[in-house]
Amino acid sequence: MSLWFTVLAACALAFVTKLAGHYVPSAKLEGRRMRRVTALLPVALLTSLVVIQTFAASGGGFTVDARIVGLAAAVIALLLRAPFIVVVIIGAAVAAGLRALGWN
Amino acid sequence: MREEAGKEGAEASGQRPGDLDPATRTSVLRQAWSVGIATGAYGISFGALGVASGLSVAQTCALSLLMFTGGSQFAFVGVIGAGGTGVAAIATATLLGIRNGLYGLQVSEFLHDRGWRRGVAAHLTIDESTAVGIAQPTVRASQLGFWQTGIAVFVFWNLFTLLGAWLGNALGDPRRWGLDAAAAAAFVALLWPRLHSRDAAATAVVAVVLTVAVAPWAPAGIPVLIAAFAAVAVGLWPRAAARDDDSTGGEVAP
Repeated sequence: MSLWFTVLAACALAFVTKLAGHYVPSAKLEGRRMRRVTALLPVALLTSLVVIQTFAASGGGFTVDARIVGLAAAVIALLLRAPFIVVVIIGAAVAAGLRALGWN
Repeated sequence: MREEAGKEGAEASGQRPGDLDPATRTSVLRQAWSVGIATGAYGISFGALGVASGLSVAQTCALSLLMFTGGSQFAFVGVIGAGGTGVAAIATATLLGIRNGLYGLQVSEFLHDRGWRRGVAAHLTIDESTAVGIAQPTVRASQLGFWQTGIAVFVFWNLFTLLGAWLGNALGDPRRWGLDAAAAAAFVALLWPRLHSRDAAATAVVAVVLTVAVAPWAPAGIPVLIAAFAAVAVGLWPRAAARDDDSTGGEVAP
């Protein structure tokens, strides 16, 4: 199996997966419980992404580094009702600053 | 579900696409493009990793253009780079892409595109476009948020993939610029307004537990997939159902 074939087959399956979600009949989502699950889905996924993005080590497992301080700064910014872009910039700036000072 | 009712209410009141007020429009565009830049910048590391794993520059760029889902792409080049088989690489990437199918279920509730536009929307259905789209208060703002974020991430992700593939690791580490922390900040900012109900808070707690329990041993991307069961568990929980039945809804904050 050539590498190009592997690349294109994986791409095709990724697209079919995405398309399938768009073509599931909406009637399947009409139940209250089903609607509640789909409404809570982004909360679950975003929470998991926050944890992964903050603590995942490049070699696998978890690690504590400048990202946790960046995240804490972002949360403080959210508590102070800062706009989205400010929250993101503060998160990056705090982490970059700590790393410039030599803390990973 | 207040959010859905609000969206339908906005539609029923006759809002047209052009009716989105300028303040909301600016806010949505700002979210979309800041997420797009923060996420897209990671394309540098993907481009460098792709080439390092033995793919050509063209193959690395093809993944960003055609697969266009970061977790699956990183997993794909990771398996190939570690000497895994093509089948293993395809299976891992596809498994990680299942969540995009779940996102499709969600976004097709507010996207009403047909024909080729629906195909393009499907291609742009990823973590970021879904998250920004769903986070908006009205149908029209959701549509704008989804499309603008999808396009912004697509543009920057592909540009930075090409850059990364060309320059390799020599360009330096995006961590140095705090871009990894920027992505975490963006995700928490998107999560924040959705935590205003007990069900949402419970879902978040269960998601953290699942992620922490699974992440140390599962391949990249799998913990997020498993955390999705937090939504299933809380959504189907009988007590939550009983509370929902004797109210007019509103357990999901907009």
